[in-house]
Amino acid sequence: MQLRVRALETVLTEKGYIDPAALDLIIEAYETKVGPHNGARVVARAWSNPAFKQALLEDGSKAVRTMGHESRVGDHLVAVENTPQLHNMVVCTLCSCYPWEVLGLPPVWYKSAPYRSRAVKDPRGVLADFGVKLPKETQIRVWDSTAETRFLVLPMRPTGTESWSEERLASLVTRDCMIGTGLPKTP
Amino acid sequence: MDGIHDMGGMDGFGKVTPEANEPPFHEPWEGRVLAMQRALGYAGTWQIDMSRAAQERLPPQTYLGVSYYTRWELAMESNVIERGFAGADEIAAGHALRAGKPIKRKLTADVVQQGMTRGSFYRQAQAPARFKPGDRVRTRNIHPATHTRLPRYARGHVGVVERQHGCHAFPDAVATDKGDDPQWLYTVVFDARELWGPDADPTLKVSIDAFEPYLEPA
Repeated sequence: MQLRVRALETVLTEKGYIDPAALDLIIEAYETKVGPHNGARVVARAWSNPAFKQALLEDGSKAVRTMGHESRVGDHLVAVENTPQLHNMVVCTLCSCYPWEVLGLPPVWYKSAPYRSRAVKDPRGVLADFGVKLPKETQIRVWDSTAETRFLVLPMRPTGTESWSEERLASLVTRDCMIGTGLPKTP
Repeated sequence: MDGIHDMGGMDGFGKVTPEANEPPFHEPWEGRVLAMQRALGYAGTWQIDMSRAAQERLPPQTYLGVSYYTRWELAMESNVIERGFAGADEIAAGHALRAGKPIKRKLTADVVQQGMTRGSFYRQAQAPARFKPGDRVRTRNIHPATHTRLPRYARGHVGVVERQHGCHAFPDAVATDKGDDPQWLYTVVFDARELWGPDADPTLKVSIDAFEPYLEPA
């Protein structure tokens, strides 16, 4: 594939469509700057600040833009809240749609057939693959990202974190708990 | 199209197997593919719906058998060739043999941030919204041979409109070069038993984001 990709990149560059130096910067941004740490900051702020949480649930894009990120957030971000009665999980059965502006690039498992096929029919089985077991009464809501709306799960704040700073709270927020296939770390 | 990509509800693919400490790219060429995709999008060569459609048209064995970024690369090559941006002969040669087509703009180092922010998919409404949150709707039993974002598992089922997301460019039209044809977009939620039968998990609800042409009143 390396040779094939290099051939394509050379042709597109010589045609004047792309600039390899810009490609280098994009790659660097995805390797070092755009990642789940952005989403973790959003979650930590929502946990700490009720007004921000309300704003986030009303208009995810607008609320996240007030935080200022390395990667600007476009439109169409929707935050969905876990409660003791309800657990949310996000999938794209048709391809790999993912809130990459706040979570970075999706992991291979998110883009692969086992997750894409089973999340909408057997989410408890999928959670078991991640070592997560929810109470049998918990309602589960799976969001299939079939259009350009992108979903970010707002997990429940772990107990025993009263008076923690946002930075410390963010350290509990894993990528998987913002997709819905995991839970935050506990203190 | 009723292709292999439309896999919601399919059985037999096995367990989800997360990789610990997975890097963003497993090989450098994967990063080049992603970056080219972003750069071509910025240049206005074609829209993301055409990229998805080209992936969906890969033969099923190819689609399932190759890695994610290989799928994107193959789809990108087919769009480059079919839309006249380069010839198959040039790609085989690994060099341009002719001048390129004019493009709207080029992603250069100074505007990389813009190339990494998704543009808006909002478009001007063509008519008032037909549905509102709380409405019961039935998804239509459509089977277009071309790109659609109504998955097979969610066709012909009754759900409830939960949210309305304004008017967006309509993928079914965009991917077939018919223009944006803006349509109202709704989150529609289904009970799992409606989708998967009476033995389904009674605690489960599944939603899709459905464009208005996919829906009729229930």
